[in-house]
Amino acid sequence: MTRYDVIVVGAGHNGLTSAAFLAKSGLKVLVLERNPYFGGATVSRELHTGWMYSNCSYVCGLLRPEIYRSLDLGRHGLQIVPYGGGVGFTRDGDVLGGYVDKEVKRREIARYSTKDSDAYLRYGRDVMRQCRLVRSLLMRTPPDPSSLKPRDLKEMLYIAGEFGKLGESSIYDTLRFYTMSIADYLGEYFENDTVKANFAGSGIIGTALGVYSPGTAYVLLHHYMGDVDGQMGAWGFARGGMGAVSQAIAHSLQSMGGEIRVNASVAQIMTHHGKVKGVALDNGDEIEAPIVLSALDPKRTFLGLLSEQSLDAALVKRARHFKIRGSSGKINIALDGLPSFPALGPNHPLLAGDMHFLDSLERFERAYDDFKRGTWSKDPYLDLLMPSVTDPTMAPPGKHFMSVFVQYVPALIDGRAWTEADRDAFKKTVFAQISRYSPDFEKLVLHAEVRTPQELESEVGLTEGNIFQGELTFDQLLFNRPFPGFAQYRGPAKGLYLCGSGSHPGGGVMAAPGANAAREVLLDLRRPTTVPGSWSDD
Amino acid sequence: MRAPREHYLEVVKTTPFHRRTQAANHLNLWHRWRDYTVADAYFDVALEYTALRNACAVFDISPMTKHRISGPDALAFLNRLVTRDVSRIREGRVGYCVWCDDRGQVIDDGTIFHLGHNDYRLCSQERQLDWLLRSALGFDVSIREETAEVAALALQGPTSAAVLRALGVSAVESQTPFSLRVVPFEGSSLMVSRTGFTGDLGYELWIPPTHAERLWDALFEAGMHVGIKPMGTHALEMARIEAGFIQAGVDFLPADRAIRTDRTRSPLELDLGWLVDFNKDHFTGRAALLAERAQGSRYRLVRLDVEGNKPAKDAYIYDDRRRVIGAVTSSMWSPMCKASIALASVQMPWGDPQDTLWAEIYYQKELKWSRSNMRCQVMSGAFYEPARRKITPPPNV
Repeated sequence: MTRYDVIVVGAGHNGLTSAAFLAKSGLKVLVLERNPYFGGATVSRELHTGWMYSNCSYVCGLLRPEIYRSLDLGRHGLQIVPYGGGVGFTRDGDVLGGYVDKEVKRREIARYSTKDSDAYLRYGRDVMRQCRLVRSLLMRTPPDPSSLKPRDLKEMLYIAGEFGKLGESSIYDTLRFYTMSIADYLGEYFENDTVKANFAGSGIIGTALGVYSPGTAYVLLHHYMGDVDGQMGAWGFARGGMGAVSQAIAHSLQSMGGEIRVNASVAQIMTHHGKVKGVALDNGDEIEAPIVLSALDPKRTFLGLLSEQSLDAALVKRARHFKIRGSSGKINIALDGLPSFPALGPNHPLLAGDMHFLDSLERFERAYDDFKRGTWSKDPYLDLLMPSVTDPTMAPPGKHFMSVFVQYVPALIDGRAWTEADRDAFKKTVFAQISRYSPDFEKLVLHAEVRTPQELESEVGLTEGNIFQGELTFDQLLFNRPFPGFAQYRGPAKGLYLCGSGSHPGGGVMAAPGANAAREVLLDLRRPTTVPGSWSDD
Repeated sequence: MRAPREHYLEVVKTTPFHRRTQAANHLNLWHRWRDYTVADAYFDVALEYTALRNACAVFDISPMTKHRISGPDALAFLNRLVTRDVSRIREGRVGYCVWCDDRGQVIDDGTIFHLGHNDYRLCSQERQLDWLLRSALGFDVSIREETAEVAALALQGPTSAAVLRALGVSAVESQTPFSLRVVPFEGSSLMVSRTGFTGDLGYELWIPPTHAERLWDALFEAGMHVGIKPMGTHALEMARIEAGFIQAGVDFLPADRAIRTDRTRSPLELDLGWLVDFNKDHFTGRAALLAERAQGSRYRLVRLDVEGNKPAKDAYIYDDRRRVIGAVTSSMWSPMCKASIALASVQMPWGDPQDTLWAEIYYQKELKWSRSNMRCQVMSGAFYEPARRKITPPPNV
């Protein structure tokens, strides 16, 4: 029987990333995946013949370029293609175009409010100031603020230093930023409701909070802090779908001798006297290794792979109370042709961009109200993209793949499980929303995959279908992610590590949690690190 | 009613003079000035520059940001906005000014045109509407951007007054620097201000876009025998540096665009202390600037005469002990001074006239790179300022 140095549970992009950096260090690494395919929520699946679905995550902007380069992902087949802007449709038949060109975008905002078009520059500046702070922390392990270890003190000083670099007024802004609602934040810049609605979506994506809920301003930042080749805040497609990301990391891992085993569902992490021994599979097989990394979310790791009885009481309570509410769904659609959006007209450049259909903060809040009442939004926020407009590999020529992210969608309907009828009604709601702006859309639909939080949980393994493996609110960030005492990627048993998005710096296909966890493993093994630090913005 | 949404089809617009500037642009060299395309150069940068200093040259300044500020509190508003005393800019006069954020850091510089009682135009490099509207809270004032509503040309150089005389603008005889006159022009009205960005005798001409081409034609007709030429941005840039003028985004970072907040400069650090009037009523940034005056500035803008003949492009500035104490922001070989000249920002306390500073210049000749350390002399005032700039009535040549 093969002996492994390291077992990684879960072959999502973070699990694979951890594995790749550990294999790069020369360790014998095995990644175990429950599904018959790997990638987790970073997959391309041919669910309709000839069509590639990015059926979970669908755009790529946060993937850390340091990791891309270090794992040589370009040579392993990954290509990130920036896409062109975005557009919000209004009920009066108009659009608010988020054009890539700054001046055109400014003029477009000026169609709604001249003042807002100028304020947009200030808004962009302030968001970038905050992004610089967050970006400097992504590829680092959060310090333990209660620790007196030299490394923790050094890291606390580093954060204080980065904080100080913001300048006096921005320091005040930072604290407000992390606690404000996206609606209040946007209100400090913009007067026009359509303009505000246009920016508000980024504050609530994947989050069980409304635009008026404190904490949503940070969620917006989380969506702005990436870049594609230095274009800060830009988003792109992985050519071939999001599966190309996990494929490239997997190839990189395999090229360094790592192994991936699919159809291998881990039932339990085996420990003995507080030390990891290996894992037991559902089929009864046991695989031994002194180090196990879990890429699963904190609930599944602490309360599933480990037994509650083996953990300290307060920790069990913390894990149970970890906020990981599902709030979004996804519909993936094969289209027989390019649907028309009359408000844009044919051949419009923004057909390549992300499309949104809520034109006021009021509608956002009403959408949230439905969710609170235990059902999906009847006037939902959609983040709709047609990657095939940009990426010719996603659908046959002339045909299109449409990815529709839907907010808000609860994990349970009125406290009970989703039924087939619910799913159908949910699909109708979403189709109706799209059809309002694209009359010929429905008749082009060849196939649609409906994914509620229930499927995201049962198929992908995300508790409640939360796409970030835990909400991105200030109480669950940095040294509090997932909970105090476990933010440095080490689990409750010696040899156990957490490497999923439930750890700092969170979700969004960054691969940073996976990389940071690998760095900690290597540190404990006293091996030279293979994980890159972050590049400076300056 | 919203503006038409098809504007995206014309990403870069043309100015009201475009048909004329396009016909004159034998090099077909253009660049983008925010919303508009403007000429880099028309036929030869050196000859365009020469036309400016020897005869006269016309530069299309239509894309410059223009704001109209009017209403009962217009004067009070402007006085709170900018650092100088606007009440001293009388009706019919123009004043150069800067405005700061609360921290006393320069947002932009520009010119205030006092058009009528409580009626002003503010011209600036950067868009300012957001800051102006926020600054307007508590004032009874109306503010609107009118960039597209006013076409404008700069007519600069020793024969510029002659051109206006030939055009029948008799007002130039009594028009002192920084004053403006409105004269009839082909059924419209033409505003003539004795202003410019070249440090030379010159005027700026403001006209409704409908009459833009007629103005261009009339100028070139009137100037035919006194050497009038169109001038692109490259030639203007040479004149601007020779005049020692600073430019937003080049010699300082506009404070309201700064992501790195320590990169900004105060007016005192840009050698614009003469524009700061602590004796007038409150203005934004006053307390911060008073504190800076008491405690000392961090930086100083210096005008440097650099030894040798190489432009000190992007050069580090060193002190006598080889420590980096600043960097060049603008530089050129000056045809008028026959010198390598530069604007630089240096840390305090460096930059006194007796200080010896060094510029580290990288240059290449036929693909071979070389480096030289050149001694810099700190100058005061403009590198080049001909007497004709200030003489009224202005000379004909």
